[in-house]
Amino acid sequence: MSTAFLGMPELPGGHGNLRGAQEFPHAARQALGNRQLRDNLAHATGAIRAKRSAVVDEVPDWEELRAAGSAVKADTLARLPDLLEQLESAVQARGGVVHWARDAEEANRIVTELAAQRDAREVVKVKSMATQEIGLDAALDAAGITATETDLAELIVQLDDDRPSHILVPAIHRNRREIAEIFAEHMRDDQGRPLTDPGDDPAALTEAARRYLREKFLRTPVAISGANFAVAETGTLCVVESEGNGRMCLTLPDTLITVMGIEKVVPTWRDLEIFLQLLPRSSTGERMNPYTSMWSGVHGEGGTPDGPREFHLVLLDNGRTRALSDEVGRQALHCIRCSACLNVCPVYSRTGGHAYGSTYPGPIGAILSPLLTGMDAGDTNASLPFASTLCGACYDVCPVKIDIPSVLVHLRGQATRSGHRTERTTMRLLAWLMSSAGRFTAAQRLMRLGRFGARNGRFRRLPPPLSGWTDHRDLPAPPRRTFRQWWAARRHRDGGGTR
Amino acid sequence: MSARSEILARVRAALADNPAVHRVPREYRQHSRDAGTAELVEMFGERLAEYTARVHRAAPEHSPAGITAEVLRARGARSAVVARGLPARWRPTTASITLVDDAGLDIDELDHTDAAVTGCAVAIAETGTLVLDAGADQGRRAISLIPDHHVCVVRTDQIVGTVAEALAALDPLRPLTFVSGPSATSDIELDRVEGVHGPRHLDVIVTPVEC
Repeated sequence: MSTAFLGMPELPGGHGNLRGAQEFPHAARQALGNRQLRDNLAHATGAIRAKRSAVVDEVPDWEELRAAGSAVKADTLARLPDLLEQLESAVQARGGVVHWARDAEEANRIVTELAAQRDAREVVKVKSMATQEIGLDAALDAAGITATETDLAELIVQLDDDRPSHILVPAIHRNRREIAEIFAEHMRDDQGRPLTDPGDDPAALTEAARRYLREKFLRTPVAISGANFAVAETGTLCVVESEGNGRMCLTLPDTLITVMGIEKVVPTWRDLEIFLQLLPRSSTGERMNPYTSMWSGVHGEGGTPDGPREFHLVLLDNGRTRALSDEVGRQALHCIRCSACLNVCPVYSRTGGHAYGSTYPGPIGAILSPLLTGMDAGDTNASLPFASTLCGACYDVCPVKIDIPSVLVHLRGQATRSGHRTERTTMRLLAWLMSSAGRFTAAQRLMRLGRFGARNGRFRRLPPPLSGWTDHRDLPAPPRRTFRQWWAARRHRDGGGTR
Repeated sequence: MSARSEILARVRAALADNPAVHRVPREYRQHSRDAGTAELVEMFGERLAEYTARVHRAAPEHSPAGITAEVLRARGARSAVVARGLPARWRPTTASITLVDDAGLDIDELDHTDAAVTGCAVAIAETGTLVLDAGADQGRRAISLIPDHHVCVVRTDQIVGTVAEALAALDPLRPLTFVSGPSATSDIELDRVEGVHGPRHLDVIVTPVEC
């Protein structure tokens, strides 16, 4: 309905780490069986929810900021071609080089070649969703280049050969004891000796990570980052962080390569005044995150460089134009990756992020991942729009007012049309039955026969394909008498008058 | 077709329904109080201190240089790097602290320096934020990044109320660093730990305009 404009072929979907091997219900069932995981998640999401509401409630004009943020994003998408060209010229004018990547493979190739041309055997990375999405670390590794993740949680995930499970806190599924074990096993010096035995105190673990990464920051000539925002009118890139690993990567290496989704552009410098208020409060629950860095091309005065001497910006599509072509779904591209929707979601806070399969978990992932990849028959991402109770908490906390529940319902419709044959056939049959009073009455009469299979007024188990329902819940038996029969009898008893 | 033309063509195809261009409603607060008012200065200090930065108020009769020296000594710093443009009245002049003017120090030299003393471009009261723009009294970004102790001098007239006012006062074409407390992480069980890769200690000295 919304993707099929006149004569327009469907735009290509994204590749990389955007779908899991299993459908959500199967992956979720495994996650729910992990008691430790559920405890870790309950603790962490509860803590961050409380912090967020405290700093959001103190802002008197929060709703006005949300409205403005949402409008800037909608305006950006409507004028995206012009803004991308404007951003490109602004970055070039200040000494940057701009590359365009149709998909994950092309972006990985561009970055790998840039690193290889600079003889880099090692690169340092700032936490970035876009490079997780395209699987850049693996691509670099295949080319013999070691990428070190420098955000603490990303480092934990990388050392353990694990996958991130939260947008902001990728190791949210691990507690301090598990992290101490990962560090003890994997943090080794050049001779392969354990670097440290820091115990499981978060401060000691953090100190160990500082020592482990310090030399890499000071020596590595190429850094790779993502971007939270890019200002079209000035060519200004912006990275928001906490630990200072971002500042290290953005300031010390000779070459900086930034990979950014095309939807991250904003039109004007002034627009950042909105997002720099919305993002930290929604994300970490702080009035402001410890560090935000902004740069426009290459900097330096009087022959003394300030920061990298070379700056490359890779603009990434990888399914974003596909998502943009969906009139209802395109608002998912407003997302500023704050992760507030994950922390309030009754589904995410129990299953965790791995069950979603994609780099983007939680409510936003349940719409963004299928919008980026499409949902062909048999696609595991077709199960994601159903990974929600539609309670609406995600919409309430979204700083850019993405109506996630409506997009979920819209995508459920698409998934049903493209897959789920049983559901589609059932819905067609129901539509046929319900469109005629005679057929509907006959069907209700027929349903009463089903009462014989019920015990205590409930079905506990139905045969396939209806077992999909009774696997998780029982089904009330049809009543002895339908509402319409009761109503007709009542009117008859009252003398048939209308009231 | 080049990737650039193909992506732009895809974007135009995706927008074939011509979505409406939205007017952005900017009904949020632009201004709070005039810069440097006592309430703003108070709020700035309180909020910055909540991030465990240490905030010092220089009374008009005190020389900022004296406070700078005290703050450096209190953390055990014996050397400090400064930009050449750092005003003389902010420079500590005690024999116990070696002051190094940055004339292109390399990374190792900075790594062996205990502290950095800088000014700032603007400060935000509501969020407890300092913004550095590599101005003459600040120097390049590496100075306030590599040494483990950052001392920042803020004049009260640089303290504005809102994020919007700060952005209006900044030049986006300069390299900008927003600093709200010392470096921190909450990546382990959402427990906040101060002091990761950026300076682990942040001291902020608030001085009256005439200093």
